[in-house]
Amino acid sequence: MRRFFILFGREVSSAFHQPLAYVVMCFFLLVTGFNFHAGISLLNHGAGTTTMVEAFFNTVYFWIPFVLVFPLITMRVFAEESKMGTLETLMTAPVRDYQVVFAKYAGCLFFYVILWAPSLLYFTAFEAVTGVDAAGAVGSYVGAYAMLLLMGSLFTAIGCLASALTDNQIVAAVVCFSAILCLFFIGLLAFFLPSTGSALREAIYYFSPIEHMVDFSRGIFDTRPVVFYLSSTMLVLFATFHIFQYRRWKA
Amino acid sequence: MVKVEQLTKRYGAFTAVDGIDFSVEKGEIVGFLGPNGAGKSTTMRMLAGYLPPTSGRASVAGFDVFSQSLKAREHIGYLPENVPLYLDMRVGEFLRYRAALKGVPHRRLTERVGDVLEMCGLAEVGKKIIGRLSKGYRQRVGLADAMIHEPDLLILDEPTIGLDPNQIRLVRDLIRNLRRHHTILLSTHILPEVEMLCSRVIIINKGRIEALDTPQNLRARLGQAGHILFDAIVSDPRAAAGALRQLEGVQAVSQRRDGEWTVFTIESVPDRDPREALFRHAVDNNWRVREISRPPVSLERVFAEVTGGEESF
Repeated sequence: MRRFFILFGREVSSAFHQPLAYVVMCFFLLVTGFNFHAGISLLNHGAGTTTMVEAFFNTVYFWIPFVLVFPLITMRVFAEESKMGTLETLMTAPVRDYQVVFAKYAGCLFFYVILWAPSLLYFTAFEAVTGVDAAGAVGSYVGAYAMLLLMGSLFTAIGCLASALTDNQIVAAVVCFSAILCLFFIGLLAFFLPSTGSALREAIYYFSPIEHMVDFSRGIFDTRPVVFYLSSTMLVLFATFHIFQYRRWKA
Repeated sequence: MVKVEQLTKRYGAFTAVDGIDFSVEKGEIVGFLGPNGAGKSTTMRMLAGYLPPTSGRASVAGFDVFSQSLKAREHIGYLPENVPLYLDMRVGEFLRYRAALKGVPHRRLTERVGDVLEMCGLAEVGKKIIGRLSKGYRQRVGLADAMIHEPDLLILDEPTIGLDPNQIRLVRDLIRNLRRHHTILLSTHILPEVEMLCSRVIIINKGRIEALDTPQNLRARLGQAGHILFDAIVSDPRAAAGALRQLEGVQAVSQRRDGEWTVFTIESVPDRDPREALFRHAVDNNWRVREISRPPVSLERVFAEVTGGEESF
């Protein structure tokens, strides 16, 4: 366990020791800030029962930076080490493969959490300035942020998998971005289907991040997406672990 | 300390290491010698636990490098050929991280980092970022990393490659000082380095061990059949060569002209030294003699002989 924390510490510090981290954080703050503004204008035009939290997590301005940020966070984790050759010194130290994979994944996820932390201030500020509740109930916060974490877990894992596949960070980023977009577009299919309640639409609901977010940011807790995200995260991490081992053994 | 049995590594149809056997005793410095692509790095990577062997076994300090990899790795300090380092970290910070990762207890971290910084002459760059250091310093950071957890065995893959002569000397001195506490397996294709540092040499070519002995013995093995140079002024070189061939202990004679001198290259019978007979023959025939010598056989020739060709350099 000590080795895991040493590796994790190294991952976190290396994430914050590169300029890209600050570029990503600035970009992210800028777009989420704009998203917050967009949410407020939506409320100003009388959106009925929509709360600030719902408005914030269900706009295009939320989804664009959300899907863009994962390739940027994860592209370097494995690709850089394997390209620089530091994987060789890392893997000849007495550490287990799964410790390395999991520490790298946890490091990325940690960065992602840090990225979202300031957004809580938006709602605090909103309540302080307007005197209106940002969410209908606490469950709305819990749901929205739990869903952020769940989706983050899966998408970060996908990014790690993409990075483990190649020595090239750009390739890793493109693979990760495409994979996340595919998943995202499955969800969009629902909008082209005529009737609600059809079996296909039900099936799509299982995979649709948009639908999941709509529900969870209202505070509606559903176990199906939770199981979906947790199990697919496990699956992708498992695949990452095996690809990582396989590529090293082939080297 | 190290025991290798029938170790083999294949990449598809290509066999990089082909059933090699050797062992290294505690306290030895063993040099791995071979042309590029001979399988030195692959063997070292397998010993360091980075690559799994296709077949065969290897153990370090009694632990199998594959089935007890973690235990074995705790006893190994490995410096890969290209010295991969985290270029964004500071030297001291990097060594501290590596020491912790390799299981140095927390309370001893500062002491160990201080020690290796001192030993490797890195004290004055401890706070510098590795990416800004020269090649020579990086090499020493790599060495410091390899020995930070006080491993029993150091595996150094071409530790002096790409350094200038001064840096090479520094690194060699460092390695020589390390022999007191560590068993060392190093690879190189700089032959004088092997003669200077190693107690035994393993010459490897095309994945097979071609020779395994002390540098002295290797040289002696070829030295017995070494050449003798004999320079004299003779009226008829061809006849003179014929006469020399009749002398006792001479196996073959070839000659070439060097101005008015004739340079004979004489191959002696193993275990015989015909130099005295040559001298007497020259006196008897009233030849003017410039040189009768037996040039020492360098390891370079041993190497060329064993690996079958000078083109490997």
